[in-house]
Amino acid sequence: MSSTPVTGKGSARQGGARAGRPHAAWVLPGVLFFTFFAVAPMALAVYLSFTKWNGLGDPQPVGLDNWRRLLSDDRLIQSLTITVLLTVVSWAFQTVVSLLLGVWAAGRQRNRAILSAIFFVPFLLSSTAIALLFYALLDPNFGIIRQDTLGSTKGAFLAIVFVGGWQFIPFHTLIYQGGARQIPEVLYQAAAIDGAGRYRQFFSITLPQLRNTATTSSVLMIVGSLTYFETVLILTQGGPGTDTAILPYLMYEAGFKSYDFGYASAIATFLVVAATALSLLLVRLTGFGSMRSTREGM
Amino acid sequence: MSHDTLPRPVKAAEPDRPAAPARRRRHWTRRANPLAGLGSLIWLAIVIIPIYAMISASLTSQDQALGHNALKPPTHPTLDNYNTVLHNGFGHFLWNTVLVAAAVVALVLVLCVPLAYVAVRTRTFWSGAAFRLFLLGIAIPAQAVVVPLYLMIAKLNLYDSLLAVILPTAAFAMPVSVLILTGTLRDISEELYEAMALDGASPTRMLFQLVIPMTKGGISTVVVYSALQAWNGFLFPLIFTQSDGPRVLTLGLFNYVSQFGVNIPALLASVVLSGIPIFAVYLVARRSLVGGLMGVGGK
Repeated sequence: MSSTPVTGKGSARQGGARAGRPHAAWVLPGVLFFTFFAVAPMALAVYLSFTKWNGLGDPQPVGLDNWRRLLSDDRLIQSLTITVLLTVVSWAFQTVVSLLLGVWAAGRQRNRAILSAIFFVPFLLSSTAIALLFYALLDPNFGIIRQDTLGSTKGAFLAIVFVGGWQFIPFHTLIYQGGARQIPEVLYQAAAIDGAGRYRQFFSITLPQLRNTATTSSVLMIVGSLTYFETVLILTQGGPGTDTAILPYLMYEAGFKSYDFGYASAIATFLVVAATALSLLLVRLTGFGSMRSTREGM
Repeated sequence: MSHDTLPRPVKAAEPDRPAAPARRRRHWTRRANPLAGLGSLIWLAIVIIPIYAMISASLTSQDQALGHNALKPPTHPTLDNYNTVLHNGFGHFLWNTVLVAAAVVALVLVLCVPLAYVAVRTRTFWSGAAFRLFLLGIAIPAQAVVVPLYLMIAKLNLYDSLLAVILPTAAFAMPVSVLILTGTLRDISEELYEAMALDGASPTRMLFQLVIPMTKGGISTVVVYSALQAWNGFLFPLIFTQSDGPRVLTLGLFNYVSQFGVNIPALLASVVLSGIPIFAVYLVARRSLVGGLMGVGGK
């Protein structure tokens, strides 16, 4: 009775409960890889935030210096304000447009299908390409608008919001379109029998039914607004002055322009804490974690 | 979006009322809505005008572009700008990007598929902990780790190589990929595993003969998602590479800004060229691309 066939039969005999359960060690390559390239660097960022390092030689411990400097830095407050403002305004702009376009595109008319295919095109360009496109189109000597849009605080801010929307609305429209198509038709039929009109149906059926979709989309938008880094770097370089220097840009400047990696790490750590707190808050507020069903009571 | 991209909802509603006439279904999905139609036309203009201005300007020679109204078609269209871009390393950058995208997709699949399989099937403390690690990992912004990663990559002697871009890009594509894959894997029924177990199949055989074939939808979503992450990646190449050798497309475009200076038509030509490969994929495989992306948000 040697081992191989017996174990084979043994696992089969134990039946369904243990069928196809791979050893937990299978997760190791993925976990180790992710830990090495994402989790460990985060821990390292915390460590570096207590050091002084210009990129050459070894980091020198300096205690709380970077943190004291960061918390008394006027630019941090300014940067935080801009980051939050940019996130909120972008979220509102993108949600309203994507929701309306997505619900509209969920209809199955031929013209809607064609327009949806065109609406998706901006998403095919990289953020770099899109930032460059608007950098060119907003050039006062060349572009469509013959004004120094990016030279004014308001103009630069609105340009970043618009460019972000131009790029990401196609994707979120797609999410809302998928969500709207999953709303059971019977709900609308019932509402129609009760005499509810189009707008009443939109507010009483479509919107509540899209709750989970809206949460997914909003989380992606808010976490994604941190990646406006490219847009800021190419369009405004944080300007005019430091008026559009969002947190990631502030960190980039401290690290890769002033070679003050310790200070940059303090900003990075602050960014992680802020991003995590924000995600947790969102999950709490929206009940995303519990994933309540929208089919309740049906 | 074509009718058959997401056929389920309509089909699901049909069995309840098989005799319902087509008219019944019209009232929401087929009824015209003039106000929404107008809104969609406005958005169409917002989408089309910049693209049109870009293509038109990229066909204008540099000396004519200055002071030329970007909305008017070029009077003497020329391909010179495209020539300039192609002679400034565009092909090389494109090739690097293709290499990075292929390597990232391969790495993500090899690492994430077994991981998702264990997370769904093997309910031990450690597999649960691994899954939560990736759930939390979604909140790590890439910007937050570039400084320490820069230090690590320098120490590993990977600075200024394609690997320096590939490895972290793959790691940061993993959390969402794991989520998508576990979502799809949960739909494989217990009976199928049991049937294969009766045949004496090992977990490895089940991975290849059951799990992978049954999660094709999730896998294609992950391929689309991670390929796009690699294709659009800017921060890692910006910080971890320097020379022309390992320069990827996004960084190549960024460098054209200083290289071409005021030659905005050439800059726009490079933007157009950078969009063509993905646009070609979109034309050929729109359904799976769009379906794949819908999967990112939809699950």
